[in-house]
Amino acid sequence: MSVTKICGIETEYGIHHVGGEGNPVASSSLLVNAYVADLARAGWDFEDETPGNDARGFAREGALPPEVETHLVNAVLTNGARYYVDHAHPEFSTPECADPLEAVLYDKAGEEVLRRSMAAAGRLLPPGQSIVVYKNNSDGKGNSYGTHENYLMDRAVPFARIAHLITPHFVTRQVFTGAGKVGSETPGSSGRDIWYQLSQRSEFFEEEIGLETTLKRPIVNTRDEPHADPQRYRRLHVIVGDANLAEVATFLKLGTTALVLSLIEDDAFGSLDLTLANPVKAIRQVSYDPTLRSTVELADGRSATALSVQWELYGLARKYAEDRGLAVLGDDGVGHEVLRQWEEVLSGLETDPVTVAGKVDWAAKLQLLEGYRQRHGLDWDDHRLAAVDLQYHDLRPERSLFARLDTEHLVGREEVTAAVTEPPRRTRAYFRGQCLRRWGSAVASANWDSLVFDLGTDPLRRVPMMDPLRGTADHVEDLLRASNSPEDLLARLSG
Amino acid sequence: MAERELKRKPQTAPREETAPEETEAPASGQGEKLKAELDDLLDEIDEVLEENAEEFVRNYVQKGGE
Repeated sequence: MSVTKICGIETEYGIHHVGGEGNPVASSSLLVNAYVADLARAGWDFEDETPGNDARGFAREGALPPEVETHLVNAVLTNGARYYVDHAHPEFSTPECADPLEAVLYDKAGEEVLRRSMAAAGRLLPPGQSIVVYKNNSDGKGNSYGTHENYLMDRAVPFARIAHLITPHFVTRQVFTGAGKVGSETPGSSGRDIWYQLSQRSEFFEEEIGLETTLKRPIVNTRDEPHADPQRYRRLHVIVGDANLAEVATFLKLGTTALVLSLIEDDAFGSLDLTLANPVKAIRQVSYDPTLRSTVELADGRSATALSVQWELYGLARKYAEDRGLAVLGDDGVGHEVLRQWEEVLSGLETDPVTVAGKVDWAAKLQLLEGYRQRHGLDWDDHRLAAVDLQYHDLRPERSLFARLDTEHLVGREEVTAAVTEPPRRTRAYFRGQCLRRWGSAVASANWDSLVFDLGTDPLRRVPMMDPLRGTADHVEDLLRASNSPEDLLARLSG
Repeated sequence: MAERELKRKPQTAPREETAPEETEAPASGQGEKLKAELDDLLDEIDEVLEENAEEFVRNYVQKGGE
């Protein structure tokens, strides 16, 4: 049975320290610290009032996720998000979102957090230095960093079945999720053969399925870390996507994937078999063809364009919606909006990708590149085109090329500003964020599935949050309002 | 070699009846407007693009992540 598709996005940002010493870990730490320090001054942080709480909380409880490198910065924000340094990049993980549209909102709030961080870092750095952040997934030199999606799933569905049925979607959805890239980074290929491709990430994938995320990247990642009750839930960790700036692209990336996962959970594929003969080969073939005309081979011997595979999945999802409704994507029409945008984008791509340049990053970027190339009579290997590509993703308003485009907006600017500090109302992120807002100094550590309070008396008090669908505003808003203090809250929770 | 092709668009995905203005090609006036907008955009790119493109691109080196 399909479960509500709680979802979220983790984005590792590219970082360049102008005038710095070239240590990306130090620069990333400075960037994140600058933001968190600014918050402390504004009064919403969880430091200062009881110095030492963080360290003791981390040490005693070990409550933070295992991959955390605890010597690096790691903050949980009042909007329920996590903001930290992962390896050599600043990373923003959205809070758990109730539907794909809310995920777009918090993804955009993440961009705003990074912009504010750049400004805060600029105030700390000596003259001539600045830190610049890029929302992309590759440096053009063979190094890739990730944008991951997460979806809540029913634990009862066998993983092998999920992996088998989702793979054709992961290979072909790049026709609208691709962020576009000039040239190729696959050894042996040259930019002259592949002048432009759909995806930043696709050519970094070497396996069909596996646990790795940094080497031999697999199309389906098997990390099994539900951050929720493991008897009931699975968190599907998706590493095969690009970071999108276009809001419709993010919306469709999450929305179509959530829908196809629901089809899998509800066994709604019927006799449709889209199994690919060679997914690893196919993901490159699709990325390398901005004309969208080339075909990939299916396991049964047929061939198919990426668009035709997407039309099949769309048709199936539409039928599913008619038969069962789309409550799994929220009850306020978001699921139907996913279907509408999906159909519109596939039709547009079929006619001419330029028609969806306001919705799809690779099409928007290609239009810019073609215009610039023709104006200046440039060959595709000209550095200025690589610069246009890179600067498309620059988050500084004064430099961003994306920001200059007239793209379609799904979320309002004021909503985004609110989402920088306020948590989603329909997931457990509400409880996490509100507790941090109200009683930050009493929260020793926060994790996806628990909060640890330090009330100054031993022992620390741990509040588990094993169900992402509980701890919502509906559940706890009155409780939080009635509680005068964290002591009061904990007494009411255990009472 | 594959001999059969997946249908371009399946029967299960009938196209919505589209409003006439969506199916008509853009009027030439609108086409010119779009071209003018793109020209303005390209002017802006000329202004804001990093001056030394080669150095800018070369200096952008990241460590792999995830």
